[in-house]
Amino acid sequence: MAHKNVIPFGPQHPVLPEPIHFDLVTEDERIVDAIPSISYVHRGLERLIEKRDFIDFVHVADRICGLCSFMHAMGYSQAVEEIMGIEVPERALYLRTIWAELSRIHSHIFWLGVAADAFGFESLFMQSLRLREVVLDIFEATTGARVILGVCKVGGVRRDIDAATLKGIVDRLASLKKDLEELSPVFIDDYSIRHRLVGVGYISQQDAYTLGCVGPMARASGLAMDMRTLGYAAYKYLDVEPMVETTGDCYARCLVRIREMFHSMDLIRQAVGKIPEGPVDLKVKGAPNGEYFSRVEQPRGEVIHYAKGNGSRFLQRFRVRVPTFSNIPAMIKVLKGSEVADVPNIILTLDPCISCTER
Amino acid sequence: MRSFTMTKTVIKNLLAGPATLMYPKRKRTFTPITRGRVDNDINKCIFCGLCGRRCPTYAILVTKESKEWQIDRLKCCACDLCVEICPVKSLSMENQYAPPATDRTAGVYKLKKADEGGAETDKS
Amino acid sequence: MGEPQEIIPIEKSDLVGVVAQLSAEGYRLVQIGCSTLESAYELNYSFDKEYRFKNLRITVTPGEEVPSISAVYPNAFLYENEIHDLFGVVVRNINIDYGGTLYRTAIKTPFSTENVKLPEPPKQKAEAPSQPTDKPKHQGEIPGVQRD
Repeated sequence: MAHKNVIPFGPQHPVLPEPIHFDLVTEDERIVDAIPSISYVHRGLERLIEKRDFIDFVHVADRICGLCSFMHAMGYSQAVEEIMGIEVPERALYLRTIWAELSRIHSHIFWLGVAADAFGFESLFMQSLRLREVVLDIFEATTGARVILGVCKVGGVRRDIDAATLKGIVDRLASLKKDLEELSPVFIDDYSIRHRLVGVGYISQQDAYTLGCVGPMARASGLAMDMRTLGYAAYKYLDVEPMVETTGDCYARCLVRIREMFHSMDLIRQAVGKIPEGPVDLKVKGAPNGEYFSRVEQPRGEVIHYAKGNGSRFLQRFRVRVPTFSNIPAMIKVLKGSEVADVPNIILTLDPCISCTER
Repeated sequence: MRSFTMTKTVIKNLLAGPATLMYPKRKRTFTPITRGRVDNDINKCIFCGLCGRRCPTYAILVTKESKEWQIDRLKCCACDLCVEICPVKSLSMENQYAPPATDRTAGVYKLKKADEGGAETDKS
Repeated sequence: MGEPQEIIPIEKSDLVGVVAQLSAEGYRLVQIGCSTLESAYELNYSFDKEYRFKNLRITVTPGEEVPSISAVYPNAFLYENEIHDLFGVVVRNINIDYGGTLYRTAIKTPFSTENVKLPEPPKQKAEAPSQPTDKPKHQGEIPGVQRD
């Protein structure tokens, strides 16, 4: 009769970028059950709408998370703009798309680096973060800050990018693409990495759908679910293709993220080719009265921003449902039946962004 | 499955040198629009208080009677809203970061306009 | 621009039946959200199938119990525990019930009707949408931080 042990994983662990806790019930080396527990960084951001104007709240929405910062501001602005019926100028839509795709690239490169660190390949981690600096320098040259951008606002964007800078961005991304093309075969073909990732952490397509998986975790199990095809911002003018793999294990999730990076660079090139001239923002008058759910595709999946206003300058309710929150039940299913030594790897392929989860 | 896939990158990095900078011995080059810290040209300031009302973190304090303008640099999040709204354009965003401080009150930076028209600064 | 979104108000007693029917049709659960009204709570159940977004809405008074849908959708437990911890809405029969320890906050149920102060809508004058009655008076004269 095997003896059951409870091993705590987290909140402090070298592999986790942010604190989350799992109680793993194990029998010998196999995991039988997992119980998650959160609430280490709960800041109560949703009640700050009582104190900040709906226009100033965009700066709070930017600071919900560091890696997905721009897309939170974009989702919030979209929700408020839909309630008020504001038509954002076209150039602002294209600029938002360019910054959003750059956010996606830098988040995926960061994930690749942290994943390499998780299975002990330190030099690959350093190399990935070295390449990520190129994207952060582009952010600093166009918006003024490296991580928390602060350029999205209700009614458009706060800064413009001129044509020469746009061409410079495309050229820098072309040279980044060459470097990434040298780096990705390491993740795809190297013997020790494949040994750690293939066949580990499997979830079937049916389970992924009913348990509410979103983002690269769902796309790696065969579900073609990508909110960019809804056509918000400038995606209706570009051609977006969800990257789908069918194997459903950790290796497939790694492949999905690598392919999404290259696809994002292609989308930026298309957007820079099609961007029209014009104003970048609109003067906002009045206050929101109504409600709307805005859906945006973040690097980690589908995020829902719900805003409700009743005519005063303060919103009545604002709620964010982040993709990591939706992936946690699926993660519990994946953990059951795996080995203890694979747990850090599996939890990292979920790409946990806990500061978003417990705003 | 191949082995030694990183060799080419490793040799390239060995010959090219480190990617990091020996900060603070060598300073970093900032871009012209980097948001570092807020500064005020006190001679142009009219003490209307718009910047203090707009600041999302309540870092700016303006007293009209004694002609003082104060910013707590540790609370400032460099969002650039005060610079945008200043009607006489006396506020400016410099591209160097504010220097580090060892306790919370050391971040407060006060400016007072003297009545003769000059400016006195009082960094506390 | 926006996509078509349906919001369907239903009764609390029909909830589990309608949810089971949606699950049979192939909808996935997207989120369960809650808003505080004057003296009631409004629960939103959101479902999605092939990018069509559908919402069910029920209204409960403080103290009323809501049946759980975790028998139909096992991943609902996180949302229902969150509603219980932050709003104080009692949900019966959740499959994994944390009993109030999912969110450990300094005050219990920080979003409940006693703790949340809703903004007042503007007075119905000719055009008065930018005259809120409860804007906090934070001119520059008040030093430091309001940690309220």
